[in-house]
Amino acid sequence: MTITRRQALAVTAGAAAFLTFAPRISFAATPDTDAAIKEFTGGATPTEGTVSLDTPEIAENGNTVPVGVTVDSPMTSDNYVESVLILADGNPNPAVATFHFSAMSGAAEAKTRIRLAKTQNVIAVAKMSDGSTFMDTKEVKVTIGGCGG
Amino acid sequence: MTKNTGRSAAAILATGLIIGMSSQAVADENAELIVEGEQLVTKVAAPEGHPLDELFSGWRFRSDETQALQTDDFENPAFAAVDYGAELWETGAGTSGKSCASCHGDASESMKGLRASMPKWHEGENTLMTLEDHINWSQKEHPGADPWKWESAEMLAMTAFLGLQSRGMPVNVKIDGPAEDWFNKGRELYYTRVGQLDMSCSNCHEDNYGNMIRADHLSQGQINGFPTYRLKWQGLGSTHRRFKGCMDNIRATPFKRGSDEFTSLELYLAWRGSGLSVETPAVRQ
Amino acid sequence: MASPKPRVKVPKKAEKGEVITIKTLISHPMESGQRKDKKTGELIPRQIINKFTCEFDGQVVFSCDLDPAVSANPYLQFSAKVDNSGTFKFTWVDDNGSVYETEKKITVE
Repeated sequence: MTITRRQALAVTAGAAAFLTFAPRISFAATPDTDAAIKEFTGGATPTEGTVSLDTPEIAENGNTVPVGVTVDSPMTSDNYVESVLILADGNPNPAVATFHFSAMSGAAEAKTRIRLAKTQNVIAVAKMSDGSTFMDTKEVKVTIGGCGG
Repeated sequence: MTKNTGRSAAAILATGLIIGMSSQAVADENAELIVEGEQLVTKVAAPEGHPLDELFSGWRFRSDETQALQTDDFENPAFAAVDYGAELWETGAGTSGKSCASCHGDASESMKGLRASMPKWHEGENTLMTLEDHINWSQKEHPGADPWKWESAEMLAMTAFLGLQSRGMPVNVKIDGPAEDWFNKGRELYYTRVGQLDMSCSNCHEDNYGNMIRADHLSQGQINGFPTYRLKWQGLGSTHRRFKGCMDNIRATPFKRGSDEFTSLELYLAWRGSGLSVETPAVRQ
Repeated sequence: MASPKPRVKVPKKAEKGEVITIKTLISHPMESGQRKDKKTGELIPRQIINKFTCEFDGQVVFSCDLDPAVSANPYLQFSAKVDNSGTFKFTWVDDNGSVYETEKKITVE
């Protein structure tokens, strides 16, 4: 069979479809994300741990991705989590949301649903009442190239 | 280029699209859909004469996270629209100021089972009517009330609210009598290849459900959960909107929402889901 | 289109000192400001809920600043420690200046 240009294009399109399964990305925050973290922490580099993000490994659709955050804290009036910054490193603008807690929160945990433009890292930075900061990062693979009409 | 080579190019592309299982997150096959304590039927033996042996709700093809959204009526974002539908039910329309409730009373009694039987033959109008058609037919009875657009917030809220009154009931449409011609037309459309990709509904949803089409896990294309809250749409959408989306994907010229073509296809697809629970309002990817 | 409708889920009763879970959702498109109108090709202006606050008898329990990356119909779940009966007040602030509010009472036994 002689392959016409159109057929060749069609085959290429088919092959390209396979390649949309993006390879894993390694973590190196973009300058925008770095700046947002620094602004939130007042220049300090957050420590790993204490805060943990709960995200799906694969999101079926990037428009609505469930995200939960929990910070290990006694949440008393002199030792509590002030706020948690959520960032999406691969979005056009990394800002997602900032949760503000109080001793009346009882527990430093919150959940929301967010938009992720592509496979990327979601970052949570927690700021404690004593000024210390902590961070967690989770990669979320976003399904792109579905048909889904 | 002759028509034939065009077809083979499309066939190569189509083959390239449908691939086997990959590392996608696909939910536990044995998961059961329990909504607010009530178990819904998401897997059922097909009725006689059905081309498939077993019918599966689209819920079974979704990821754990998407599935979970439908199990709790607070987590399910469609319920903001259901609330609005309940409000519209009580709101006076047109010059008479009469509401749906003025005539039909408590929707949980008067509208129970309606969604499970849609689309349905209408004796007065002598035609097959979808739930949307029935709602607008009723609106018309109120002088001064405007019909709602198919995909308007009001129509989606009302179809979601009315559909909810049948949640858990088995889909059971009448396909004989005057509906038979529509049913046959729907079946014909289901198996007719259309569009630049030259594909029919059956190519994906009968021959390849369970397989991946690029990054999507193909379902049987059941419509028992519409209007459905789709994460992609970030809101509710009608059955016909979903049909249009499918036709756009295979690069066909879609029929219009509310057209005879889509209405007959809806009847045929409803029958293909006979025995599955109404899931309205479902949540999908 | 209907105006944004808040929904909240708060337990009716709790024990003294109990940490309860509160769920909230408001119907809102959360227009990001990055989408283009398909017909005109022009950017659709941003219009989102930018602030959410939960107060208990006048004291802020939890609040959230939202950016356009929060999904449509924004959902928020968080905790509150209740020591006495009282009223939760929930407030959402829209970019257009509108404020949507709702309240829920809780009985502490």
